[in-house]
Amino acid sequence: MSTLDIFLQQLANGLILGSFYSMVALGYTMVYGIIKLLNFAHGDIYMVGGFVGLITLSLLSPFLGAGWAGILVAMIISMILVGLLGVLIQRIAYVPMLSAPRLSILITALAVSMVLYNFVMSMTSGEYKAFPVDLGYDGLEFGNVFITYTQIILVSSTATLMLILHFFISKTMYGKAMRAIAIDQDACRLMGINVKTIIAMTFFVGSALACAAGVMAGVYYGSIHFFMGFLIGLKAFTAAVIGGIGSIPGAVLGGLILGLLESFGTQLPFIGSEWKDVFAFGILIILLLFKPTGLLGKTEIERM
Amino acid sequence: MLAKNKIKLNNIYALLVVVVLAMPLVANNYVLNTFSDVWFYVIVCLGLNIVVGYAGLLDLGYAAFFAVGAYTTAILTTTFGMNFWLTIPFAMLFAALSGVIIGGPTLRLRSDYLAIVTLGFGEIVRLTARNLDITGGSSGIYGIERPFFFGIEMNGNIHFYYAFLLLAFLAIFVSYRLQYSRLGRAWQYVREDEDAAEAMGINRVRVKLSAYVIGAVFGGVAGSFFAVKMTAISPETFMFTQSILILLGVVIGGMGKIPGVVCGAFILVLFPEIFRFVGDMRLLAFAVIMLIIMLKRPQGLWPSRLG
Repeated sequence: MSTLDIFLQQLANGLILGSFYSMVALGYTMVYGIIKLLNFAHGDIYMVGGFVGLITLSLLSPFLGAGWAGILVAMIISMILVGLLGVLIQRIAYVPMLSAPRLSILITALAVSMVLYNFVMSMTSGEYKAFPVDLGYDGLEFGNVFITYTQIILVSSTATLMLILHFFISKTMYGKAMRAIAIDQDACRLMGINVKTIIAMTFFVGSALACAAGVMAGVYYGSIHFFMGFLIGLKAFTAAVIGGIGSIPGAVLGGLILGLLESFGTQLPFIGSEWKDVFAFGILIILLLFKPTGLLGKTEIERM
Repeated sequence: MLAKNKIKLNNIYALLVVVVLAMPLVANNYVLNTFSDVWFYVIVCLGLNIVVGYAGLLDLGYAAFFAVGAYTTAILTTTFGMNFWLTIPFAMLFAALSGVIIGGPTLRLRSDYLAIVTLGFGEIVRLTARNLDITGGSSGIYGIERPFFFGIEMNGNIHFYYAFLLLAFLAIFVSYRLQYSRLGRAWQYVREDEDAAEAMGINRVRVKLSAYVIGAVFGGVAGSFFAVKMTAISPETFMFTQSILILLGVVIGGMGKIPGVVCGAFILVLFPEIFRFVGDMRLLAFAVIMLIIMLKRPQGLWPSRLG
């Protein structure tokens, strides 16, 4: 393979990885933007999303087969279910804590994350679960670069979901309310916006997106595992910080940048694939030190 | 009335000390081993308590300090043939150094960023230990020799029981001394209101950094004893879940309260031993307990003031 081929192949890999990161990073950034909570459980919502997708897909596949039609229906159903789970978590764990000190709410979020992954761990006995799909390995060939149809469909579906989200945030009333709440909650309440409902809706949308990413990861990698949310949670957070936490286009951009950096990083002479994660966390730390507002974030002045 | 209560409480503590000191006379190996673990977790929980409880900094990578201590001792005794007791100052030094490395640049960050950075740092330490040759890669380091204490080889459970017990007493003592020291009061001030503390002339970065370093030293010492007790260490010992387990001990008992944290360490070790049938559900049960505690009783099981 020539250098150009390697470059293109890594570009394709990086974009796929990056689109997963973006989807999860969106949930982080939306929740953070609206209630300034770092939702530690978000990576685990992604993981639970994968498992809910697995269950619905296994229930549906006798009727719809193991192809794309079944995946699509299963994904929509599990997005709704996991979105509701996100709202439930918010109601049980975060609503009572909103006025508590920051440390308490962070630990609560951590506890939610532990409940989720330990629950899935004890249900699956910590085993990898195979995703019941059969999509074949056909694809397009550009010289020596090979891209499967699965990869193409996954990347375009994430793009579609992000476009829908963009439309939702910028064009609908609910999106406008979300943006308004991010700026000033009290003023919104005075203007007659139902703040509670909108916050719940934010959790719904964020969790549904994470779930979609979880199902797609299952389809793409072929198997899922209870611990898969931990690493992607951390990386998606990195992505959200790269783009500027609180900024929605930032999350998408950050995810893609991190995906590309990671896939090209493995090609560097000193950074083998075993150092991949160290590389990603290193980026996070360096970035937080020098530019904590990220690429598209706004500088925030903390009032006393 | 208050003085009377205090005397009563002191009597209870004295009784407890006698019980734990005399315990090896009647206990079997299993009990001794379990209680060595209890004392071990008392030490690390108290160390983390300095960071989380006193200074109010959420550290999700505490196992990294403990890993640094354990690996320092393991490498120095196996590769360089150093005496175990001489490695302890090095373990402390390197743990303190890693405290500075993690703390120094990140302490200007807000608490939620700090949490995620420490989480990332904990993972970096573990992954580095897994990828380097000197740390034995993913299989870790084994065949660490047991130390001699005045000519007696520390090879029984009873030796480590007393070693960890002594260290735990030391940790409790140091924590008490720190709590009401000038530095301890500064930590609590920074925890309650950083800006006000700074306005009062407290150098918040230095104060926070010292919390990190002292917490790290606790972890480092515990790690070096852990290495010789186990005689083998591997990167998987220092996973994220280990950090969380230690944090749990601190939170369940009550952040910032020494008796509470000691209690938390007891619960951490004894709960799964007593409820063996819980098995794999242990961490799930813990997680649910932690969630309920945070929601219903955020001050922990042992509050600082009764009533």
